[in-house]
Amino acid sequence: MKTTISSLKKGEKARIEAFDVESIPLKLLEMGCLPGNVVELLQIAPFGDPLYLNINGCHLAIRLETAREIEVTLINNEA
Amino acid sequence: MKSKKNINVALIGNPNTGKTSVFNQLTGLNQQVGNYPGITVEKKIGFCKLPNNIKANILDLPGTYSLNASSIDENVVIELLLNKNDKLFPDVALVITDVENLKRNLLLFTQIKDLEIPTILVINMADRMKYKGITLNIPLLEDKLKTKIALISSRKGLGIEALKDLIVNYKTVSTEPCLNSSSIDPVYFDNLRKTFPNQLLYKLWLVITQDVNFLNLDRKEIHGSFTKSHSDLKRLQQKETIKRYQFINDVLKEGQQIDTANAKDFRSKLDRVLTHKFWGYVIFFLILSVIFQSIFDWSKIPMDAIDQGFANFSALANEKLPPGVLTNLIAQGIIPGIGGILIFIPQIAFLFMFISILEESGYMSRVVFLMDKIMRRFGLSGKSVVPLISGTACAIPAIMATRNIENWKERLITILVTPFTTCSARLPVYAIIIALVIPDEYVLGIINLQGLTLMLLYLIGFGSAIFSAYLLNKVLKIKGKTYFVIEMPNYKLPLFKNVFINVIEKTKSFVFGAGKIILAISIILWFLASNGPGTNFNNAESQIIARNQLKPLSSVALETAVASQKLENSYIGLMGKSIEPVISPLGYDWKIGIAVISSFAAREVFVGTLATIYSVGDSDNENTIKNKMQAEINPITGDKVFNFASGVSLLLFYAFAMQCASTLAITKKETNSWKWPLAQLIFMSSLAYVVALVTYQVLK
Repeated sequence: MKTTISSLKKGEKARIEAFDVESIPLKLLEMGCLPGNVVELLQIAPFGDPLYLNINGCHLAIRLETAREIEVTLINNEA
Repeated sequence: MKSKKNINVALIGNPNTGKTSVFNQLTGLNQQVGNYPGITVEKKIGFCKLPNNIKANILDLPGTYSLNASSIDENVVIELLLNKNDKLFPDVALVITDVENLKRNLLLFTQIKDLEIPTILVINMADRMKYKGITLNIPLLEDKLKTKIALISSRKGLGIEALKDLIVNYKTVSTEPCLNSSSIDPVYFDNLRKTFPNQLLYKLWLVITQDVNFLNLDRKEIHGSFTKSHSDLKRLQQKETIKRYQFINDVLKEGQQIDTANAKDFRSKLDRVLTHKFWGYVIFFLILSVIFQSIFDWSKIPMDAIDQGFANFSALANEKLPPGVLTNLIAQGIIPGIGGILIFIPQIAFLFMFISILEESGYMSRVVFLMDKIMRRFGLSGKSVVPLISGTACAIPAIMATRNIENWKERLITILVTPFTTCSARLPVYAIIIALVIPDEYVLGIINLQGLTLMLLYLIGFGSAIFSAYLLNKVLKIKGKTYFVIEMPNYKLPLFKNVFINVIEKTKSFVFGAGKIILAISIILWFLASNGPGTNFNNAESQIIARNQLKPLSSVALETAVASQKLENSYIGLMGKSIEPVISPLGYDWKIGIAVISSFAAREVFVGTLATIYSVGDSDNENTIKNKMQAEINPITGDKVFNFASGVSLLLFYAFAMQCASTLAITKKETNSWKWPLAQLIFMSSLAYVVALVTYQVLK
């Protein structure tokens, strides 16, 4: 199964790998949601949705359905 | 060449970059708020004195994340920047950025720069650099970005003078673009360049990708040979965005250092509490309670003072002016009418103050985050919370605030249900009726019963909005992609100056907007109440004297009897009487009926109408409106007209009824159809009638 932002746990960081441009709003791209950038899951709203993220230094929230579209790989270099 | 023309300055920037505080710093209270022609986007222009006796017109454009518009507010920005002939076309653009979000904010900067307008980069919130461990190499950044940089703190008022100097010397700012548009797709752009050799490539690209008017070019002409599928265009836009970020990353790698070891972060701690699954909601509820308690409790003293002041003023006018028709109009029509609206300034100012603080502090975004999942169950979005809360001020800006809801169905439902929330125009009505029928007592020592009733009315407003949304969600069959992106800005202590200016502006527009209507209506009402057809009106005095021949009345009693017979037989009295059969089941007499009719186009007219009606024929002008209403007796039942049953029935009628022509107009504009405002009008008004009817019949 592919890892997406929706499968991250609170506090985990990951690198954005790929997504279908069609299913992502342009605004999200413009806020820095682009392949190669790092995303961190900061908070999960009560009832599990939406997700509060730090993407490339930008703090924003998106819904689960959008988060499921964005493939990532976990970064596990806890120092 | 020395021209006397003012410099046109446009402020452009992402939301939450302190753009408005920069605007306030530059212009002070020298602002004009209006609308762009034909659309309801707010247009803020201010004036600023620069060094060397030069003046500037400062235009505060709506906040936008990029030049790829996704709402009409953002469209305004592009349409202006693409139209050189617009008289507001900027001589110089100031792109306002937040030092903590420089990377993202620079995206918009590079886009503006590519339009080849002189662009100054304003890096705001510089006072937080040390705290966040940020250092900037300004000369290097100026060189790489081909611009002039003003490092300022609009919050602390630092760097504003230096910024003014830069504006004066705007002609020295380079207009060289940041990104070579051709690099997005060389073949495609080379073709474009060959076909339109005199046009800026980036402008052409914007015209192709957006839905904007471009006066100098026939859009169809471009589209004919350069049409691409939606997904191809989006792929190119993604490529463009990546290119821009590459450029920005390269620049910042050299020009910006962030030492995270020095950074202190209290955002995450606050977030943990404010978006907590239990405490988050508790805090939200507490904040709302404080707001509604204070609106009623704190504003009582200034309101009573204004009320008494106007009663005295009216009495004074009656006494000092020569007796006659004009004096009657002034003392009984105009002064009570104006007083009826001015009295609500304290409450409205408090309301705008709280909403402004919630938005300024960054808390509103947390509420959106907290509420999204719950709101979706009702077919709304978390972003609907903002319209629903600001709807407590006025439904008109609230409906405009739905523009950032990406999904059309969620947006439409929000527009349709927002008028249920208790707007400030309902406050005057609620305030006076609550004061009349709910006892001014405290329960549990601190909770004021009247305040509690007001809070209940607000909850009824929210509740019916949510419930109608639930119904609409079931009924409406609209499919659409559900995009949802919201920025979570940093917490900020609200700036006194920003809140203050906002409160002044909003209160002013409420008072003047509503004041004009109320003044006009109270003059008309006064005329209709002081004139009447037939003998019952014109010969009232002789009729009463004749009727009481056996037991002549005292002069005071005679005067009162004459006045009330005249009022009943005046034009307005006859109109009121004719609708009495419809409204008496709700517990209203003909005087209230008139107030309900005259407030059909604007609710707040209710109080002014009653003020005028009760003043006409009442020689005792020193009495306040409230006392006059209190004393009103129903001649048939002998009860007070404003008793518990009729009072609650009126409160609920006003809670549900759609009595606002401006809201209907804005719904028409935002939904582009008459269908939706008509639906609002019919649904809300019939609901109001039925609820008021049932309430009165049960309680009486």
